[in-house]
Amino acid sequence: MSKFKKSTGGGTPAISTASLPDIVFMLLFFFMVTTVMREVTLLVENQKPYASEIKKLEKKNLVTYVYVGKPKESLRATLGAEPRIQLNDSFARLAEIKPFIIEERTEINEAERALMVVSIKADQNVKMGLISDVKQELRKAEALKLNYSTKKGDITKNE
Amino acid sequence: MADIAFLLLIFFLVTTTMDVDSGISTKLPPWEPPTETPPPIKQKNLFTVLVNGNDQLLVEGEYATIEDLREAAKKFLDNNGNGKCDYCQGLRNPASSDSPSKAVISLQNDRRTSYKVYISVQNELVAAINELRNEYANRKYGKDFDQLAEEQQQEMADAYPQKISEAEPLAL
Repeated sequence: MSKFKKSTGGGTPAISTASLPDIVFMLLFFFMVTTVMREVTLLVENQKPYASEIKKLEKKNLVTYVYVGKPKESLRATLGAEPRIQLNDSFARLAEIKPFIIEERTEINEAERALMVVSIKADQNVKMGLISDVKQELRKAEALKLNYSTKKGDITKNE
Repeated sequence: MADIAFLLLIFFLVTTTMDVDSGISTKLPPWEPPTETPPPIKQKNLFTVLVNGNDQLLVEGEYATIEDLREAAKKFLDNNGNGKCDYCQGLRNPASSDSPSKAVISLQNDRRTSYKVYISVQNELVAAINELRNEYANRKYGKDFDQLAEEQQQEMADAYPQKISEAEPLAL
């Protein structure tokens, strides 16, 4: 009889999910844009040390990476636990660094070759002997701009 | 529709690596030895840091810890022994460095030194120089180093140049 009869039951009405696809798409595009696919599969352990006085590497195409560390757990059986150098997707010997750097340098256009940076991504437990050998090879290859890849943080975390 | 979007979203969430490449930048000396012999550096202008295979530090001939290194390096660089550096605030100890432009930090490590200690030492030495530049920037322009214009930053960098020389590793 009353026109203003209360709707019966149901409790609280369900939240509209009409905008859900929009939100999901927004997040999707965000992650699609920010994502950087790993270009190499790491074969070595890579627990980088902490440092606070760091600089960002701006131009990705000018950076060449040299990985140093113990082979990963799964490769220990065949390769042992001695730290190794990894260039691109394979292990390398010291003597292979120079040709690798020279080859990488030819891929950079001529005007920017002097700006090439080599980033050493070494595990924090590697001994300096190997790193020094790598540095000597880089000097021979005339790749003098060097960056020790680190995580941002206080050095007291380097334990 | 939302299902597909969710699927893709989860894929990108999993594959995404947000790490930005950053680290401590240095320059290596060229492989060819210089044709002319460099002028000799006076012992008092040299700040020697040795790191042995057990990751212990010897700074200027004395046992030290990494925590002390930054202060010691700052004191050395800012010493102003000959009194010609008008922006320095050092103690003017005649036995320490003449001026920031003449002061050289010499770093030598053992082949068995671990990489993390080496990075810590490098970090502290660079931090000492950065702090001095920052303090000078605050005195002269009343701003932090990061907020200065490019030519002013260059001026600060020239006032306190980053002179860290690395010797080849020895067995200490």
